[in-house]
Amino acid sequence: MGYRKKNRNVGIVGIGETKFSSHREDVNQPEMIHEAVRQALDDAGLKIDEIDCVVHGNMELFEMVHQPDMWHTLGSGAFGRDSFRLTTGGTTGGTLVCAADNLVASGMYDVVMAVGFEKLQEGHTTGGITNMADPLWARKLQSGALTAQAANKLIDEFGAERARKAAMIYRIIMDKHAGLNPNSHRAFGLDWDQMDDLIENSPPLIGDLRLIHMCSQSDGACVIIFASEEKAKKIAKTPVWVRDHITVHREETLDLHNNYYPNRTTHRFAAQQLYARNGIDNPLEYFDVFEMYDPSAWWGVDWLREFFLLEGDEHLKLVENKEIMIDGKMPINPSGGVIAANPIGATAIVRTAEAAKQVRGDAGPHQIPKPVNHALTSSFGGTMWTVLTMLEKDLDW
Amino acid sequence: MDNKIDTGDSYVIEGKLALPYTYFAGRVGSTFITTIRDKHKIMGVKCNTCDKVFVPPRQTCERCLEDIRENWVELGNTGEVVNFTVVRYEDKHLPRKVPFVLALIHLDGADTPMVHILDGVDPEEVKIGMKVQAVFAEKTTHTILDIDHFAPV
Ligand SMILES: [Zn+2]
Repeated sequence: MGYRKKNRNVGIVGIGETKFSSHREDVNQPEMIHEAVRQALDDAGLKIDEIDCVVHGNMELFEMVHQPDMWHTLGSGAFGRDSFRLTTGGTTGGTLVCAADNLVASGMYDVVMAVGFEKLQEGHTTGGITNMADPLWARKLQSGALTAQAANKLIDEFGAERARKAAMIYRIIMDKHAGLNPNSHRAFGLDWDQMDDLIENSPPLIGDLRLIHMCSQSDGACVIIFASEEKAKKIAKTPVWVRDHITVHREETLDLHNNYYPNRTTHRFAAQQLYARNGIDNPLEYFDVFEMYDPSAWWGVDWLREFFLLEGDEHLKLVENKEIMIDGKMPINPSGGVIAANPIGATAIVRTAEAAKQVRGDAGPHQIPKPVNHALTSSFGGTMWTVLTMLEKDLDW
Repeated sequence: MDNKIDTGDSYVIEGKLALPYTYFAGRVGSTFITTIRDKHKIMGVKCNTCDKVFVPPRQTCERCLEDIRENWVELGNTGEVVNFTVVRYEDKHLPRKVPFVLALIHLDGADTPMVHILDGVDPEEVKIGMKVQAVFAEKTTHTILDIDHFAPV
């Protein structure tokens, strides 16, 4: 695998996150980013001169501008500093975390600031997404980011009634979490008595995917500052340690449904590798929170089985028994997740930012009531692109 | 030797991408544009820490990251050419019939030059150090082209 243990430990020492919204007419892009940069610097108690390197990312083309890292220096503070730009689609924010972690762990820089943003209100998401498709084979025969694949899979396996119900329980739980998070873009105040009505009457998008299941299009930015162990201990009262991360992707250009390779998702493959090399036998027992990149309620339900290496209907039971609620056995997305806010280039870094806040114990109204020592976060993009990151409260692994 | 590549029987897909977008100027950018439009005045912002006046204005000083959005400074509508180039190729995105001059103009009172069209002078006669002044557009487009161009004083 070519995998080696880290050269040195890396801690998260500063976090900044804007309120997510689809109405940020009041700020331009650098100004919006600056809100998160300022918050992260203040959170860490650092000045911009103490940042060695800035790593910047978003989804290419979504604002119909190029090289945003260049003109964002007005807000990012990258002026006169080493800087990298990363853009790996939906996983961009997760890749920012991996890159910043690696840059510090390698010894190249002591303090690295990762900036993820998106301002979808300014651009055209579908325009950006549909242009990913192969111009000859796929561009005229695609449904963009909307797909009913996970819904079909769950319905085939567990029957329409149980599957639809599980997806809606998941959706309502995410909305209840979003209602607690002041940065949420959308929180509708959904409740259990609306289940049947939503299952029947939410506007259909494609197959069994309905509007209510799907994520929003949001504006926002998120910044995390990473530091070497030595510096992190000086900078932060409670640094959150980045234990490990893994990236796995499989690009399916021409045929999403062929049987030429084993039908194992990149999520499950990534989880298996990550847990094996970290000696984690039972991830469901080990982790105290999971911030998942869940672009729709259907995916959220289906992917639980993959990320926790579950079998049969164990994942459905977790949802049906509401064990994924903020006070449940395995809280999923106490932030409300991606369905509540999806500023794409920031979305995946928000997962790690939110999980780190849970570990610090200062997430705010959506803080998990139990102590959080071990956190898992995921990113998703492309056709099947997975990034998993593990965070720890203590340096004791 | 025949270097020609055989391209027979090769299908080429003609495509066109539509890229709709909007851009929010932010409050600082909005004030800059509306002051040019409504008052025919060019404004910059000053960073007191770095002792620099920026134009076009910005909310934060990119050097020290200080919030400078309130530090408005009225600049002269006159300045000096610090560099220029002559555009000689024709294309749809260009703002003028060629040949025309794009100049970097250092406005009186500013520390950063801004780029604009220099007109009212033969391209061959433009010189670095030339004194110029803003000529405002008769019809607003609510953009930086509310300064129609700069012309020699
Ligand atoms: Zn300054």
